[in-house]
Amino acid sequence: MQPAEPTDFFSFFGLPRRLELDEPTLEREFYALSRKLHPDVYTRASAREQAWSLEKTSQLNDAYRTLKDPISRTEYLLLLEGIQLDEQSKTATEAARAAGVDKKQTVPAELLEEAFELNMLLEEAKMGGVNDDLREQLVTTRAGLTARLNTMQEELRAAWKQWDSGDSEATALMVDVLNRRSYLRNLVRDINEVLHY
Amino acid sequence: MADDRVVGIDLGTTNSLVAYMASGPTLARPDEPGKGVFILPGEDGSNLVPSVVALDNDNRVLVGNAAREVLLTSPDRAIYSVKRLMGRGLEDVREELRLFPFHLAEDLAAGEVLRIKLGERTYTPPEISAQILRQLKRNAERFFGGTVKQAVITVPAYFNDAQRQATKDAGRIAGLEVLRLVNEPTAASLAYGLDRKQNGTIAVYDFGGGTFDVSILKLKDGIFEVIATNGDTHLGGDDIDNLLIAVAVQDIAGDLKVDARQHPDAIQRLRRAVIDAKIALSSQEAAAIEVELPGNKLYQRTITRAMFEEMVQPIVERTLGPCRQALKDAGLTAEEMDEVVLVGGSTRIPLVRRQVEALFARKPHTELNPDEVVALGAAVQANILAGGSAETKDMLLLDVTPLSLGIEALGGVTAKIIQRNSTIPASATEQFTTGVEGQVSVAIHVLQGERELAKDCRSLARFDLKGIPPMPAGLPRIEVRFLIDANGILHVSAREQRSGKEAEIQVQPSYGLTDEQVENMILDSFDNAEKDLTERQLIESRNEAATMLSALVKARRDGAWAMLNFSEQRKVDELEGQLRQSLGGTDFHYIRRSIDELNQATMHLAELMMDAAVSSVLRGKNMETTDVGEGPAAPHPIGKAEFS
Repeated sequence: MQPAEPTDFFSFFGLPRRLELDEPTLEREFYALSRKLHPDVYTRASAREQAWSLEKTSQLNDAYRTLKDPISRTEYLLLLEGIQLDEQSKTATEAARAAGVDKKQTVPAELLEEAFELNMLLEEAKMGGVNDDLREQLVTTRAGLTARLNTMQEELRAAWKQWDSGDSEATALMVDVLNRRSYLRNLVRDINEVLHY
Repeated sequence: MADDRVVGIDLGTTNSLVAYMASGPTLARPDEPGKGVFILPGEDGSNLVPSVVALDNDNRVLVGNAAREVLLTSPDRAIYSVKRLMGRGLEDVREELRLFPFHLAEDLAAGEVLRIKLGERTYTPPEISAQILRQLKRNAERFFGGTVKQAVITVPAYFNDAQRQATKDAGRIAGLEVLRLVNEPTAASLAYGLDRKQNGTIAVYDFGGGTFDVSILKLKDGIFEVIATNGDTHLGGDDIDNLLIAVAVQDIAGDLKVDARQHPDAIQRLRRAVIDAKIALSSQEAAAIEVELPGNKLYQRTITRAMFEEMVQPIVERTLGPCRQALKDAGLTAEEMDEVVLVGGSTRIPLVRRQVEALFARKPHTELNPDEVVALGAAVQANILAGGSAETKDMLLLDVTPLSLGIEALGGVTAKIIQRNSTIPASATEQFTTGVEGQVSVAIHVLQGERELAKDCRSLARFDLKGIPPMPAGLPRIEVRFLIDANGILHVSAREQRSGKEAEIQVQPSYGLTDEQVENMILDSFDNAEKDLTERQLIESRNEAATMLSALVKARRDGAWAMLNFSEQRKVDELEGQLRQSLGGTDFHYIRRSIDELNQATMHLAELMMDAAVSSVLRGKNMETTDVGEGPAAPHPIGKAEFS
């Protein structure tokens, strides 16, 4: 994801590069800018103005979509700061390939054991189908993972606070949370696939 | 100013409508027709124009109710539900062809735009749709007494790029500048929201003749922001009809030993009968079906509402999945909806209402006519685009793209670049490079859909990035920008970054018409046929007027003229003036109306002259000496009286 212009998405809304962001304010700004820029307002304007409106509105929408969501906002800020995420992102894969190295696989240490057990269960399910006992184990594991995902929101918010108060070290915390989060989400997705919901 | 009118058009699978929103302080509630936002009726006074196009015995194009009559008698000379074919290829419609009597051109190749046989010629779906649009345009022009050149046309929210492009092409072929394509459920929300100016979330459940859509919107101070949309472009009342027909065909084969499928006209009668029964069952507990079959056989059957509901339950249930997905995408629960709005004729079915009510746990809104609400909403959007009025000045629609946009990546997987439910206009920029030294072009395959593999997604376009300067592999950096505009239509541009050279892009729409083809169709026979017809009617009406005027000049010299009272004479004088004036223009409708009015006003005069002629005949005088002029087609008022 890259800004279409040198200016970044935060400045598009006249906002400082901070992560704790008042969503109602962002929405209000988005609506106000939409009223000014949207192609509907330029239906009878010149072709040049229409092209300008289309361009600006698409940037506005891209900016709003990115900043509205806490995760994509965090990822975007890290990108602006020139920090690569180690997750299974395309940029990470391409960068690793270009550098001729194996992509770093981040299995969070705290999850090593759990992930190993879960993979055994998933393997079992794929081989012999899901019986009631297995289903129960998977459902329980999933509940645990989901709960952990929720606490990550809090971790992330704490990291935002640090960043917003000027601590540039907070980016490392954010990267860590996002990587663990993406790993957990993949596990949940794998369980969902086996359970079909 | 008058030519600036922008109308709103609902180009439906079963019926189409045109509506207009008048600006001004007298705006009434939209459910009070005649003021504010209203449907422009056709010449026959009906608001709905059936989306049927047919040829009469003289190969003249008929649209609407007249075409529907042809469908019953000569089904091979009529086309209906053409919306199902818009923007689709041969491979997409195999299923469709089993259920619909579309006669495709025999020489169709895979990947080509479909062509349907009608009479001696074949037509693409946009050309057929253009006929319907042209009829709506005429209806609007008749209503306003002036030209209409611009329109907002609605499309199912779940229409993909090709289907939208095809609709826009149809507009162009019909001589309309399509200012915007608006999603049907969103349009409906505009019609409802105009009246209610309140904040909250609404779900629009739009179950029409051929398509199903559901949209979740957030309304805030006049902003209509679509949060999520979902649907099925091949799920509608047509499916219910086809199911009922299939059941009846089975019945008939079993009970009467007749294979109804061998008799297209019998199928059409059956179709009409099951549709009538379906409609009746929305208000009655039972409905009778009676259809004459070849060999003097009669199919009779009574369907109860319970039987009907049991049969169509699986179809209705197919709408619930998209509803749940839309809610999930919106991050909202059914209970969080403040209002639920029903749109589309199929929502009249009690079972549908019950299902929606159960899903959202609240009574849905049905105040506006579900057949008209989309067209009314299109008219509101048309008003907004036309510069607006006091009523719409705060209103702004922010819609989304219903399907993710992707490109085919290595191994045939889809790499999504714009996620579904992104607010449009939306854009994405991707970097491409070469894989071989000296490579000067890169092939790109653009897809739309949610599936993982490219082959399971809708192919939008394949194009080559050309003119890349020869460089070692991997060195060129080609930046390709994908932009989905406010109509939900894709635009692509590219630039090679190292050389700064704008790369040439040839986007070949997968099942779309090229600009050139559309231009040709605009100029093509349909249009000319219409122009010829218009010219012929103009000439005929002028001839008629000339005859009439010369008859009137002679009639004034007749004794009968003096027997008219002063106001009768003045009325005739005034209408004579109007007719002479109308001849200065080329509007044959106006000329014809002037002729009719003058005819009416001279009725008494003609009677008096006829009486005089009769008495002179009775007195033994020669009829020829009582010259009443060369009347128009006798026995017109001031024409020659015919005696035998």
